[in-house]
Amino acid sequence: MRPVYEKYFRDNIPHIWCAGCGNGIVMSAFARAIEKLGYDQDDVMVVSGIGCSSRMTTYIDFNTLHTAHGRALAFATGAKLSEPRLKMFVIMGDGDAAAIGGNHFIHSCRRNIDITAIIINNAIYGMTGGQYSPLTPTGKKATTAPYGNIDRAFDIVELSRGAGATYVARGDIYHAAQLTNQIVDAANHKGFSVLEVVSTCPISYGRYNKMPKPTDMMQYIKDNTVSVQKAATMTADELKDKIIIGEHFKIENVPEYTEEHNKLVAEVKKDYLEKLKGGAK
Amino acid sequence: MTNNTINKIRLVQGNEACALGAIKAGATFYSGYPITPSTEVAEHIANKFPRIGRHFIQMEDEIASIGAAIGASTVGHKAFTATSGPGFSLMQELIGYAAIAEIPVVIINVMRAGPSTGLPTMPAAGDVQQARWGTHGDHSIIAISPNSVMETYYETINAFNLAEQYRTPVLLMMDEKVGHLRERFEEDEANEPVIMYRPAPKEGEKFVPYANVECGVPHILPLGKGERYHITGLTHGETGFYTAQPKAVSKFVGRLSDKIELNVDKIAKIEENYTDDAEVLVLSYGSSARSAHEAVKTLREQGHKVGMVRLITLWPFHDAKIAALCEGKKAVIVPEMNLGQMAREVQRVAKGVPVLPMCRVDGDLMTPDEIIAKVKEVL
Repeated sequence: MRPVYEKYFRDNIPHIWCAGCGNGIVMSAFARAIEKLGYDQDDVMVVSGIGCSSRMTTYIDFNTLHTAHGRALAFATGAKLSEPRLKMFVIMGDGDAAAIGGNHFIHSCRRNIDITAIIINNAIYGMTGGQYSPLTPTGKKATTAPYGNIDRAFDIVELSRGAGATYVARGDIYHAAQLTNQIVDAANHKGFSVLEVVSTCPISYGRYNKMPKPTDMMQYIKDNTVSVQKAATMTADELKDKIIIGEHFKIENVPEYTEEHNKLVAEVKKDYLEKLKGGAK
Repeated sequence: MTNNTINKIRLVQGNEACALGAIKAGATFYSGYPITPSTEVAEHIANKFPRIGRHFIQMEDEIASIGAAIGASTVGHKAFTATSGPGFSLMQELIGYAAIAEIPVVIINVMRAGPSTGLPTMPAAGDVQQARWGTHGDHSIIAISPNSVMETYYETINAFNLAEQYRTPVLLMMDEKVGHLRERFEEDEANEPVIMYRPAPKEGEKFVPYANVECGVPHILPLGKGERYHITGLTHGETGFYTAQPKAVSKFVGRLSDKIELNVDKIAKIEENYTDDAEVLVLSYGSSARSAHEAVKTLREQGHKVGMVRLITLWPFHDAKIAALCEGKKAVIVPEMNLGQMAREVQRVAKGVPVLPMCRVDGDLMTPDEIIAKVKEVL
């Protein structure tokens, strides 16, 4: 596919991202995905929270809303419910989505509102310089876990499943072409779609965890990702510390929130108008 | 009285009047979280909004509630939420977001006694300084404090009008007594309220979302209707993109305050009674002002030169007008259901005039007799 950057990127580059950061790969995959989906830019709204990845809304040419830390899904829910015709994407980091925004995340899963949530997971708070997040693996180092992280990490796939999401996939920045298709598939799913993108932060994560060069982190992702299909043939021991990529689950025919809402409003409105017409009857 | 007239007179609760006002104002989106003593606002809206094709959603907490309301406003809806103290505290960060991103939104705070869980079913006015300074950073704010059911209706409409007109969050600071009070409700059909909408560019006019316009309030268009732009909580330049350039930041943050403070004459509503020849002034707002008004009336009947000033608008505080009203008075007594929060403002501007706070924070209303006794101490 030809690059589509000019069409979808605003001219306020240079961006803030460090060399070797994975955010740019996700951003270009996003642009290619929108091109594939054939969406009119005017109909696409992208909402983000706070963090390195959330700055993406500055650079891409859509209706963009850069909100507060953790709250992107709350803003997006209000916008989507009131204007369901908008194609709604939410870009969050791992801390943004799973820590401070965890409540909004599980409730968005539960409502099954037609939003595509892209969680760029670099396993660290990058913007603030490398503190552990709920997606930092146990034992890894961070500036706030200098002796190793004792916290257990969330598994976004299982968290989403438990909370009632109807579509969950995991991608990564090494498999950029697949990532484009995953964004397309997530967007095409009617309901709340979660796409976790395993990414890199060489500066604030890699340096503390024996992967100081961007290529070290890329190599790590390349070596440790296995597809959902292959994972099905592997034992739990073999899967330890592996990143399982691909579509984890997709549940069709679960009522979508804005449709249910509009159906209810239409019925109540109709009954009410009939009652008014009926007068004192 | 015709039957038709009688049908239009109803007994309505303050919180319901607020919901009716929001409907009248053209609010099309409500997101909220249950909390005493504001819950009836949500209940009335949940009942009435679907009938007229508007949107109600109950969110997972108050932060989500105000977030969803701001989100709906960015795509063109008049949006609001209602809460009380604990929820109002949670909303503070996003009140600041709406202020810096200049997104119209209305927040109803039916105040109860705090801090923390406090006295959930009792009135207070403990959040009036929080309304002004609750979120971090410099900005101005509009806050209104109605004291009756009918006024709640009209001031809710006013709150939406001001939010739209000034591109700002507007806080309607009711209290538990006003929220749960039931009074005669009758719309003034001869004076239909004006309904205002956010300032949009004229046909063919260039849209600059954060233009440093002279009036202080730039045009706004909904996202998703063809004009693609960026909204952020970062300090931003005229096009809406982040800037750290000191001159631009200074101009921008200055404008956030000026657009409200320089229009204080247009925004601030202050009701005066018997002030012309008054020697002592009673200044109050919200439920306390009802008792204060009764006290002043009684004192006047007894021949005492006492005047009454009621703040309908708490913020922006009209320094010049309050200073002028206080000038030359023997004393100004400020009954309020907190430990003297607005009395501080009066003290700040009433140079040389003794300002006596009159405080109550036990969940009980102040009685007219208490106020009369206090006034008699200084007469």
